[in-house]
Amino acid sequence: MTDTTANGAAGSQPDSGPMLAADGTPLKVSLARALRRQKLRALMLIAPLLLFIVITFLAPIGDMLFRSVENNIVPETLPRTVVALEQWDPESGEAPGEAVFEALQADLLIAAEKKIHTRLGSRLNYETPGISSLFRKSGRRVDDMEQGPYKPQFLKIDEDWGDVEIWRTIKRYSGAYTAGYFLASVDMEYGADGPQLKPEDERIYLTLLWRTILLSTVITVSCILLGYPVAFLLANLPLRTSNVLMILVLLPFWTSLLVRTSSWIVLLQQQGVINDTLVTLGLVGDGGRLELMHNEVGTIVAMTHILLPFMILPLYSVMKTISPSYVRAAKSLGANDWTAFWRIYFPNTVPGIGAGAVLVFILAIGYYITPELVGGTSGIFISNRIAYHISSSLNWGLAAALGVVLLALILVFYWLYDRIVGVDNVKFGG
Amino acid sequence: MSGLQPYSSPAQVAWYYGFRLICALIFIFLILPILVIIPLSFNASDFFTFTKEMLALDPDGYSLKHYNDFFTNSDWQTALANSVRIAPMATLLSTALGTLAAIGLSQSHVPFRGAIMAALISPMIVPLIISAAGMYFFYSRIGLQGTYWGVVLAHAALGTPFVIITVTATLVGFDRSLVRAAASLGANPVRTFVKVQMPLILPGVISGGLFAFVTSFDEVVVVLFVGSASQKTLPWQMFTGLREQISPTILAVATVMVTVSILLLTTLEILRRRSERIRGLSPG
Amino acid sequence: MKSIKLLTTTATAAVLFAGAAQAEETMTIVSWGGAYSASQQAAYHDPYMEMNPDVKIINDESSAEAVAKLRAMDEAGNVTWDVVDVVASDAIRLCDEGLAMEIDPDEHLAPAPDGTPASEDFGDLLVSDCFIPQIVYSTTFGYRTDVAAWNGNEPSSVCDVFDLEAFPGKRSLEKRPINNVEWALICDGVDPGEVYDVLGTDEGVDRALAKLDTIKDDVIWWSAGAETPQRLADGEVVIGSTYNGRLFSVIEEQDQPVKMLWDWQVFDLDGWIIPAGLSEERKARALDYVYFATDTQRLADQAKYISYGPARQSSAPLVGQHAELGIDMAPHMPTDPENAKTTLLYNYEFWADNRDDIDAKWQAWLAQ
Repeated sequence: MTDTTANGAAGSQPDSGPMLAADGTPLKVSLARALRRQKLRALMLIAPLLLFIVITFLAPIGDMLFRSVENNIVPETLPRTVVALEQWDPESGEAPGEAVFEALQADLLIAAEKKIHTRLGSRLNYETPGISSLFRKSGRRVDDMEQGPYKPQFLKIDEDWGDVEIWRTIKRYSGAYTAGYFLASVDMEYGADGPQLKPEDERIYLTLLWRTILLSTVITVSCILLGYPVAFLLANLPLRTSNVLMILVLLPFWTSLLVRTSSWIVLLQQQGVINDTLVTLGLVGDGGRLELMHNEVGTIVAMTHILLPFMILPLYSVMKTISPSYVRAAKSLGANDWTAFWRIYFPNTVPGIGAGAVLVFILAIGYYITPELVGGTSGIFISNRIAYHISSSLNWGLAAALGVVLLALILVFYWLYDRIVGVDNVKFGG
Repeated sequence: MSGLQPYSSPAQVAWYYGFRLICALIFIFLILPILVIIPLSFNASDFFTFTKEMLALDPDGYSLKHYNDFFTNSDWQTALANSVRIAPMATLLSTALGTLAAIGLSQSHVPFRGAIMAALISPMIVPLIISAAGMYFFYSRIGLQGTYWGVVLAHAALGTPFVIITVTATLVGFDRSLVRAAASLGANPVRTFVKVQMPLILPGVISGGLFAFVTSFDEVVVVLFVGSASQKTLPWQMFTGLREQISPTILAVATVMVTVSILLLTTLEILRRRSERIRGLSPG
Repeated sequence: MKSIKLLTTTATAAVLFAGAAQAEETMTIVSWGGAYSASQQAAYHDPYMEMNPDVKIINDESSAEAVAKLRAMDEAGNVTWDVVDVVASDAIRLCDEGLAMEIDPDEHLAPAPDGTPASEDFGDLLVSDCFIPQIVYSTTFGYRTDVAAWNGNEPSSVCDVFDLEAFPGKRSLEKRPINNVEWALICDGVDPGEVYDVLGTDEGVDRALAKLDTIKDDVIWWSAGAETPQRLADGEVVIGSTYNGRLFSVIEEQDQPVKMLWDWQVFDLDGWIIPAGLSEERKARALDYVYFATDTQRLADQAKYISYGPARQSSAPLVGQHAELGIDMAPHMPTDPENAKTTLLYNYEFWADNRDDIDAKWQAWLAQ
């Protein structure tokens, strides 16, 4: 408070010469210095953590995302071939001439020695199937090749070396950077004339991205619908009671994610607790058991449960600040219960809904373990594909590109979140 | 919600009970998955299934063998020991750094506040699979992959946003004139911090620390990538358990962990009540 | 303040604790976890540590991510694993990329007790220069024997999996094209000898997916070996594919009403590789372990704990009885002539080339 009064005082006395501080320096200068000191102190306090996060977290993320454009493997493994290929015109419809094959032989000889030719093969196999074995086979035999001409010898190893498509792929991916992974991440590929959509039976990422957004939205809405009444109840009960009930909200929040997910499997499967109960009660026949998991329903139910506390807690902290006198005032002015709630109370809770919704949405969109275990095929998210490309297919470039797309989406929502509520205003119980 | 008044109309009475019923159902939804694992952890069979014997409450359907497995199997014990070694260290790091930064951020003039905040909160926002992969590649390169410190640093990074958020929230209610009062009475900044500020924001720090602790204690994606066998934590063991050999031991472990959670939550509640006493009526 | 002190003390203790764990010579062996790791522990690790008391074996259960992790370790120049258990297709990938060390079977592996060199004893199963075969396993089907809707019939052919009329109910299939598309084509009338010729074409893949489409709504997909056994035991599915050892455990050890269907089981190999780039000391230790763990007796011993066939010809006659159940293990081996009337062998070359491509179509098909 004192700061602002001092500033106000300084500002309210214009033309009466510079005001002096106790040590004789002009007040303006003194204040500026104090301000600078204050800024510096704040930064000093923040610096250790900032540095820590940059090193342990942001640098790794940046490093990972860089893989989405990096393509050094081709020019590094086949330096001569890449240069020789510059002369070749893919539109000619013919495989390149002897010069390129001579370069290829020289490159492959070194690559096979270092055993990196197959790594290149798997890299290019992402773009055109069959290149992997082409390189593996040729790498094994390149040692035994006689003095040129090399083209016939390569064709003898595998006639695919005469295939224009193979060479087109090598030429297209001969730069140190590529947009290829990003194209693949939105179901596109290089066609004869520039980027085009993949054939319909190979499109998947746009579908998955759309589904990720859709399911996350449904989960967010379910969280609002379930979270609002609970937060309302908690905020309006006496503190002692609400704190005990709060434990029911926090307990799942603190229970291992894996455990909660396995528990949902036990509950939701066709021979599971919920279906058994329904059959016992005679609500469904034994033959008509509901399919509650291995589909979207499983993902929605389990994730709503997992994320619900992230909705209830911010909502609760907003509702706590709404004075009951507002509603009382409305009622005393003749509003009925519903009007008082809808016109007075509800608008005051909108920031809480916004906070919870964006938080839940951002967290939901990146989930992967729960959808993997209960989502079957129709309830999985884009993160599941990222995980698959990192640990199974080893197409790390594509994983990174998908990661960039997902992250961009999340940043948009983070920005919205900051706009609506400000990140400072999140609270987790406590 | 105003309580039920003697003059309430029948509709109001119906709504009063109807609303409570809806809330009760939602609470059941919240707690059901946790309740269901407790009986299953005493299952005598080796599957996640309510057997006929269990439903008939036949004692033969129940057994303590999965608890026995947890407490005697060296894999589970190593995992528990690792979790206990990793989580406190990660918590200490994130709490110390996070509290300092939160105090810095709560000053009135912080340049680039938005950008800094975004950077510091990012571990909570970035999808875990991206964080895990990024850390995995990067830590491999600098020799941290598969080491104790690698996992600790990664978990500390994931835990800091929670510390920042809770401590910042406590600082909002913090009356800065107390610091000035201490300073005007001749205390140096460190002394002011330790004697005046720290005790008041301590509940926030501890609750942030508990969140950080749980983040590390329950984290599976990052440790699977950044860790190696010698850092196998409880969630890791549970995850391989779920993938490779489904066994109700996982549920026994979960029941033990739920019990620990309840103890932690009770601690939190006691701390909260204490903080309320200290701060009198000041808003939280 | 008390709690801060407490935290500091705990942290200090944790650091000291961390330091103490590095003392003796450790060897990290990577495997699959679960019952499989347990069988290796009993048959290989325990006797080895008994012979070499100064060695401590650490089990890492990362075999599923072995190729990815080894590649990243190699990129970073810091390989922390000593011996890795992988399936043959992964061994081929690792060997191709120079991430695994080449092995000379006759120099590095024990001969059979009668003096037959290892290269002959393993024979055709040495599918890669880096791969030391350990077991032959198969992916095959198990079905519940108490399904009322089947009117007392039991499936006898893999094509019954595709027959929803006679054998209604949910199926559990692996969430990847390998094996599933082969079965689909065989049941769609393709000559088993020509399966891979057909699969090599776009029409062939479409044909396989079209066949699978007929049961897609009744399939629950699995990605971890433990899922089908759990679902069979729960009655969640009536028939499902998984590794034969998992089914053995459900049937014989857990006593569930489940039977094996061996028709068109797909053989695959699992074995050891030693990562490239180990220090001389660690390499010597790893080789010493592998020499011991893959000798005739040790391979036969593993079959006491799990029903996978030993990869050495000389081990087969030594396969005895289950360590706890006391039943003869030979009839439970996938290689037993009674079980192996119709079989496929995993086509390593074909899948190395076409995996990415068919997988893209497969994933798109799954997501539809």
